[in-house]
Amino acid sequence: MSSGGGSLPRYIVTRLLLIIPMVFILVTIVFLLLRVAPGDPVSATVGGRLSEAAQDERRAALGLDRSLIVQYFDYLGDVVTLRFGQTITDNRPIIDIVKDNGGATLMLAVGAFIVALVIGLPLGTIAGRFRDTAADVVIRIFGVITYAAPVFYWGLLFQLLFAGYLGWLPSTGIASPITIFEVESVTHILLIDAVIAGNGHAILDVLKHLIMPVATLGLLLSGIFIRLVRVNVLQSLKGDYIEAARARGISEVQVMRAHAFRNALVPVVTVIGLQVALLLSGAVLTEATFNWPGIGNELVQYINVRDYAAVQGIITLFAVVVVVVSIVIDIVNALIDPRVRY
Amino acid sequence: MGIARTLISPFRQTSGLARWILLSGLLLLLAFVILAVFAPWIAPYGFAQVRESGEMFPRNGPPSGEHFLGTTEGFYDVWSRIVWGARTALQVVIISVFLSVLLGAPLGLVSGYLGGWLDRILVLIMDALYAFPSLLLAIVFSFLLTDLFGGGVTAAAVALTVIYVPQYFRVVRNTTVSAREATYVEAARAIGAPKRTIMAKYLFNNVVQSVPVIGTLNAADAIGTLAALGFLGLGIQPGEAAEWGYDLQRALPGASAGIWWTGVFPGLAIVLLVTGLTLVGEGLNETVNPTLRKRKLRPFTLPPRGAAAVQAGKGQVDL
Repeated sequence: MSSGGGSLPRYIVTRLLLIIPMVFILVTIVFLLLRVAPGDPVSATVGGRLSEAAQDERRAALGLDRSLIVQYFDYLGDVVTLRFGQTITDNRPIIDIVKDNGGATLMLAVGAFIVALVIGLPLGTIAGRFRDTAADVVIRIFGVITYAAPVFYWGLLFQLLFAGYLGWLPSTGIASPITIFEVESVTHILLIDAVIAGNGHAILDVLKHLIMPVATLGLLLSGIFIRLVRVNVLQSLKGDYIEAARARGISEVQVMRAHAFRNALVPVVTVIGLQVALLLSGAVLTEATFNWPGIGNELVQYINVRDYAAVQGIITLFAVVVVVVSIVIDIVNALIDPRVRY
Repeated sequence: MGIARTLISPFRQTSGLARWILLSGLLLLLAFVILAVFAPWIAPYGFAQVRESGEMFPRNGPPSGEHFLGTTEGFYDVWSRIVWGARTALQVVIISVFLSVLLGAPLGLVSGYLGGWLDRILVLIMDALYAFPSLLLAIVFSFLLTDLFGGGVTAAAVALTVIYVPQYFRVVRNTTVSAREATYVEAARAIGAPKRTIMAKYLFNNVVQSVPVIGTLNAADAIGTLAALGFLGLGIQPGEAAEWGYDLQRALPGASAGIWWTGVFPGLAIVLLVTGLTLVGEGLNETVNPTLRKRKLRPFTLPPRGAAAVQAGKGQVDL
């Protein structure tokens, strides 16, 4: 792989092939933990409520009466075909959870990412450029606090202020019942569906519900972005090319914009890609805070009823998403920056 | 004496801001350590106490004389829960950071030094665990542990340990790999030192340098994750110990009804403790890490030209 610098297609192929062992390991870990360790998921889940015979029936239906090895390969097959198994409590295929609730999670995640970029990039650049000044200190404290305060605390504070005290925004949910009733589900992403329907009230209603969750999750990410951008601006300001640019008499604004900022962005893109894991964790908590009908909220519901199969399926799904996204980011990076390929 | 000086010397060389960060972090941390250690004396009530001399505490009572931060919807005293919560948080964090260093660092050392198949497999597993969203990993483990052993502080600490092992493993392994071929290790090999001695004596001391910084930052992260588990109803249950995340979850439904004291204060405790730990970690990092360190510029006077060149400390340069 190291000989001759390596070509781009070859790099992409190796990265893509790496998805297989990574997913395989994660699936195995989750399977071992959740299927083997607790003994019998059916009695753990519905043991108190169903008769012995009914439990056996449920076990047979889920294939849990077979040997663990068979179950394991069966589950691997489920993952390869992207089905991820089905829940014990309500026999719902995991892929249906993705279809029904994925849109809400996606809407939340994309919104939060935009909020984080809008806050993080400028503040991080300013903090890096004016290192150790008052602006730097204030921005860094802001960064530390966004990182220090759990997302659900931000959520609670927002609810207290905007829903409780001021009464401007609805405290939980994705939309009013009337909106959910009126808007026909086309893409399963409510905002887009509302736009397609051309329903002004619905769009406004969704946006109102969207503000607090998106701001909450966005704040969490923005702290990370600030830190990353700041450190990388600091690093790139040390470069000889910055000194050279200044020596040529290029204005400071231009130096920052064209020389420092752009070079600082390359490592930032890499690390931001790795924040998908954080974004997912944050989304689970944000959804639980705002009763947002996304995949994370479903996960919490199934945790509460101790549905092992559902927890296993959703966690595996998240793991696959993280691995695939991080490898796609690697490839994008290789396309942008030739130094990455080696 | 010598050790104390080595520890303090980088601290003395830091510029104002890094030192300020480190100090304020230590101060915040100290406050919580005091709360945790002296909880039985500081907290006016027990963490699960709901009545005193036969009389129930008010439900969702606003801050008052008897309950100066109010009471929760579960009749608990908010201030007492915060004080006892500090004890829980520090217990869990100390256990989990200690366990993960104990597991991760030696594994990384052995894996990095021996190399081969063991190394490859361990790296693959650890990378997979590291890539996994840490909260989800903690969810899986505490889901399991609460079912297997019941909940409690230990279960929560073990669930958190799993998240942090890969970090120590990675750092220690990578440093070991680069230190393995260093001259002093080669010299040790040349005089016939066995592998165990090389790892325990020569490599260990050079490799553990970065552990304190990661440890503090992990501790900060662990506080947040513990609270998150509690918030999702997975962590420590209210009868077992006071836990801030659980309190926040219980406070949430009251938020839009204007009951602010049940949520604002426990959350503030999390923020302050995490901030303290983060500041200590950042301060340590800027102090220890030479690439980030900005040394304080000390005035240096050249000895006067010609005679009496030894009288350095005194006068101006006379040109």
